[in-house]
Formats: sequence, C-alpha cells, structure tokens
Amino acid sequence: MTNLMQHRLFLPLLALALILLANLVLSPEFFHLEVKDGRVYGSLVDVLNRSAPCALLAIGMSLVIATGGIDLSVGAIVAITGAVCANLLNSSFDTLPLVILAALAVGLAAGMVNGSLVSIFGIQPIVATLVLMVAGRGIAQLINSGQIATFQNDTFASIGIGSLLGLPAPVVIAAVVFLLVQFAMRFTALGLFIEASGCNPRASHYLGLNVRVIKFLVYCVSGLCAAIAGMVITADIQGADANNAGLWLELDAILAVVLGGAALSGGRFSLPLTMIGVLIIQAMSTTIIMSGIEPKYNLIIKSLVILVVLLLQSPSFRQQLRGLSGARNSLGGKA
Amino acid sequence: MNRRTLPVTVTGILFVLLLIAGAVQFTGFASPRVILNLFTDNAFLAIIALGMTFVILSGGIDLSVGSVLAFSSVLCASLIQVHGWHPLQAFPVVLLAGACFGAAMGIFIHVYKLQPFIVTLAGMFFARGLATVISEQSIPIEHSFIDAINNFGFALPGRGWIGSATLILIAVFIFGTWLAHFTRLGGYIYALGGNANSAALLGVPVGLTTISIYTLSSTLAALSGIVYSCYTASGYALTGIGLELDAIAAVVIGGTLISGGYGYVLGTLLGVLTMGLIQTWISFHGSLSSWWTKIFIGSLVLMFMIFQRWISQGLTGRRHGPDRIN
Repeated sequence: MTNLMQHRLFLPLLALALILLANLVLSPEFFHLEVKDGRVYGSLVDVLNRSAPCALLAIGMSLVIATGGIDLSVGAIVAITGAVCANLLNSSFDTLPLVILAALAVGLAAGMVNGSLVSIFGIQPIVATLVLMVAGRGIAQLINSGQIATFQNDTFASIGIGSLLGLPAPVVIAAVVFLLVQFAMRFTALGLFIEASGCNPRASHYLGLNVRVIKFLVYCVSGLCAAIAGMVITADIQGADANNAGLWLELDAILAVVLGGAALSGGRFSLPLTMIGVLIIQAMSTTIIMSGIEPKYNLIIKSLVILVVLLLQSPSFRQQLRGLSGARNSLGGKA
Repeated sequence: MNRRTLPVTVTGILFVLLLIAGAVQFTGFASPRVILNLFTDNAFLAIIALGMTFVILSGGIDLSVGSVLAFSSVLCASLIQVHGWHPLQAFPVVLLAGACFGAAMGIFIHVYKLQPFIVTLAGMFFARGLATVISEQSIPIEHSFIDAINNFGFALPGRGWIGSATLILIAVFIFGTWLAHFTRLGGYIYALGGNANSAALLGVPVGLTTISIYTLSSTLAALSGIVYSCYTASGYALTGIGLELDAIAAVVIGGTLISGGYGYVLGTLLGVLTMGLIQTWISFHGSLSSWWTKIFIGSLVLMFMIFQRWISQGLTGRRHGPDRIN
C-alpha cells in the first residue's frame, strides 16, 4: 500500500479520479458516450478536445522545464502562428501543405530565438522567453494589421473541427505528438540527456554531453509544439486574434507540468504525468461549470486545487501530515 | 566606471537620449508637463515595479502583483461605494489585506519549499478570483475625499503638475532606497539573492526575509491598487492584466539582474520612466500603431539582457568554461 502511495503516478491520478468522480456525482451523463455519424460525442470527449491545445504546449513545456528552463512565450507563438496561417490562407499561397509548413517554420524560428538566447547568450530562461512573450503579441498584431483576421478554408478548418477515427482532430493530433515525443524520449537516450542537463549541467558537461545543444533543442521542440497548438486554435475558430489567441495558455501548460510532479528546477519529467495534469485542469473547469457554481468562483477554486496538489507534493508538508497522523495514532494507543 | 552601477547608468543615458531625440523631433516633447505626466501616468506601475525589484533582488519572482492591484482596487471601491466607508478607513484595510496575502505566499514559499513562480502564479489566480467574487462589474467611486486626493498637488512652471500619485511614488521610492541600502533587511535581501545557501550560513534569517519580501511586494501592489482606483475613480476586477510582465520588464530594463543579488531601486524607476517615454514617443508620433510599443519594449528587454550578461560575467569573474551553462 505504501509502495503504491509513493509511486509518482499516484497523487496526480488520485486528483484526476476525484475530479472525475465529482463530475459523476454532479451529473450522471458525464461518462455517457454516443456515436453519431461515425464520431464519438460526450462530455469526456469534450474535455479531451478542449485540453488538446494545452496538452500540445505542455508536451514542449515538459522538456523545457526538465532542463531547468521555462518557456513563457508559447502563448505568443500561438498568436504569431495563427496570424501567419490566417493571412496566408487569405493570400494566393493557400495550399494546405504550404500553410502548415509555414506555421511550423514560424514556430521553429521562434523556438530557435528562445533557444539561442538561453544557450548561446546564457540568459535566464524566464527573461529570455519574456522577450518573445511581450514582443510576440506585437508581432502578431503587426502581421494582422491590428485586426482579427478571419478566413474561409474548410480543409484548414478541419484541423480544428474535423474528426479522425471518430475522435476530434485536435485530440488525434495531440495524441500523435505525444506518442512521437514520448517515443523519442524513452526509446532513445534523449530523455536521459535532457534530465541530466537539468539535474546538473556542469556534471553533464564533464560527462561529454553538449548541454547547450540540448537546451537549444528543447526550446525548438517547444516552439514547434506551440505552432501546432496555434494551428489547432486558429482552425477551430477560423480566425486569428492576435490579442487573445493562446492568452495565458503558457501558464496553464506550466501548471500542468507542475501538477504532474515535475520540479521547476529541472531534472525530471514525465509526459504521461503532464497529460494527467492537463486533464486535471480541463476536467476541473468542466466540473465547475457542471456543478452550477457561478463562474466567478472559477479562479478561486482553481487556485485552491493547485495549492492543495502542490502542498501534497511538498516533502515538508507531507512530513507535517505524517507528524499529525503519527500523533493521532499514538494518542489512540496504536503506535 | 564601476561595473556594478554601469547598467543603471546605461538606462539613465538611454532615457536622456530618448528625451533628446523626442525633443528634437517634436515640439513640447521635453516639456515639464510631459515629463511629469510620465510620473502621474506610470505611478501605479512604478510602485509595483519597486516592490518587484526587491523580489527579483532576492532571486524570486512575483506574478501576482497585477491581480493584487485589481483585487485592491475592487475592494477599495466596494468598501467606499457599496459599504459606505470613509476612504481613510478603507485604505488601511486594503493595505493590510495585501500584506496578509503577500505574507501567506511568502510562508508557502519558505515553509513548504515551493517555487516562487508557481506559488505566485496560484496567487495570481486567487487574487483575480477574489476580485471577481467581490464584483464582476466595474464599481465607480464617487466620494468627495477621492476628488480631493485627485485635485491635490502643486503646479509647476511650464504647465507641470505634481499630483498625489507622483507624491506617493516619490515617497515609495525614498522608502525603497532607504530599505535597500540603509537597513539590515536590505542587506539580507541582497545576500539572499547573491547566494541563498551562503546567506543562511552567514546567519541571514532566510524565512523572515523571504516572508518580508513577498509581504512588501503585495503591500506595494495593494498601495498601487489604491492609487489606481483613485486615478480612475473606479475599481474593476479585470484591471492590471499582464501588469506583472510590465513590472518585470521595467526591473530588467532598470538593470537588476534577474537571478538576484545585483541591482538598484533607482534603476527600476528609470526603467519605468523609459518604458513610459517610449509610449509617449509613439503617441507623439501618431502614425505608429500601439503594437509597436510591445515590440520596442520586448527589444529593449532583449538588449538589456544581453548587455547584462556581458556585465555579470565581469562581476562574477566567470568568462569561459562550463560555468557559463547556467
């Protein structure tokens, strides 16, 4: 039992299970799934669909955080990618492969800017990515000329609203990216390298790891993930809003990684746990809506749940808890 | 020149250069009125950024300040307008609420060894949530005392005006300088940012210092909320979104090292004024759209980061080798 409880999967899974259970109590239809026109419908699918953009960002963010960094710019990259896609679709270069390639190139370029600031110039990640976070939305507005760019293109829109294998396209895209990255991390030495450079950059350097290249690469991956999320979000609303696309999504992504038990100081990460973190955040929002609590309490409840999960992961808090239960046991004469 | 004061000097020179460039381009740019308006319009940001300076000096970060400003402005407006309190009764309560909020975050950070980034992120959601719970609508404040505060001030030649917001900002600035350089707590804060382990071994009360820092930051954010609600004569739960980023940018432009330990309160004030001046320049220019402000400020942060990196290598005596991999 104690072994099970100490497993790193235990707490996040327990939190998710509790939230899903709350949903079941609040509305029994929550787990009801229905197949219509070869597509699965239901609240659970909805939760998955809505968490797809955040999940995509969180995949890249996990790697960045594992190296001890942080990427604040992903929300802004979402906005830039959206602006680029929408404007390309409105121009004569509106073939799908070209738009997707352009979006990925933008994300990669943004990631390379972050990566070189962190690894070549040695700037603290939080400020290095703050640059693009602030300037990025300006650039997106510049591309959009301050307007919300809308477009009509059913092929591109299917990235956001279409379906594949009966599931919404964003869920499938996020799942594919997750599997690809997870494979690269766990079936090659890449994951180990990333954790090593986050754990102790100097030791890794002496062991012959090129820490700078690794750090550079994780920001590139994060930029690419942000570009994919940007396409999903833009295709979903069929428009690009430079001010609001992906706004504060970077914070949700960071939260998801932390809820999954990763330390911001780096050194370890787990993509499955991050995904559970993403689902916790999204399922929580759904629970709050379903429970009929006024939406104005959303943020308070969200922050309290975050705090509880963080505290439960804090060793000193656990020790206090253990101390308390130990005291109770000895009072009961069982100790 | 001293490498330690170099970043602040550069910010100062940049500010003066921008001012001269503006004055050459536009008549009336360098007038006392425009310069004093920089203080009035940016007082709320400057007060927050001064608090942020201490947090960053200690090696931490406070993402909650924008939300604390919103919470304070809504609490202030609601106490005065809805509950009929006198502003002089409401202000201390708002400040106290801010202080308690900051102290709580400090306790979580120190006692449970949670990352400042994530604790203040939760704090950001919580304070914004509290503000929304108090009122989702904007509350206008109509009180003769608030009008009196807004009308209070000194006229200067050249249609300049020093209002109460500017006076409060100056008071906070003097207090901040005193705290940083003439008190024991100031020394503790610098020591903590330099190296937390060494500081603890040297007998710095790390817990007390950490809690004080976040209390100070939140209290100043609450003060800034009061200034803001007087300035706009209202309280609204959605104000100050993203303000924490402006404050961090101002601190960085002001020459404070983001990893802590080096920096000056004066630099932050200059950073805020420089950012304000860029905004003024863009509005004088007329044909440049507002998004250029973001691009300019982003580029400025970038320039200062690279510049500081170069300076700090000299400060810590590390130039080559694996140490550069932070």
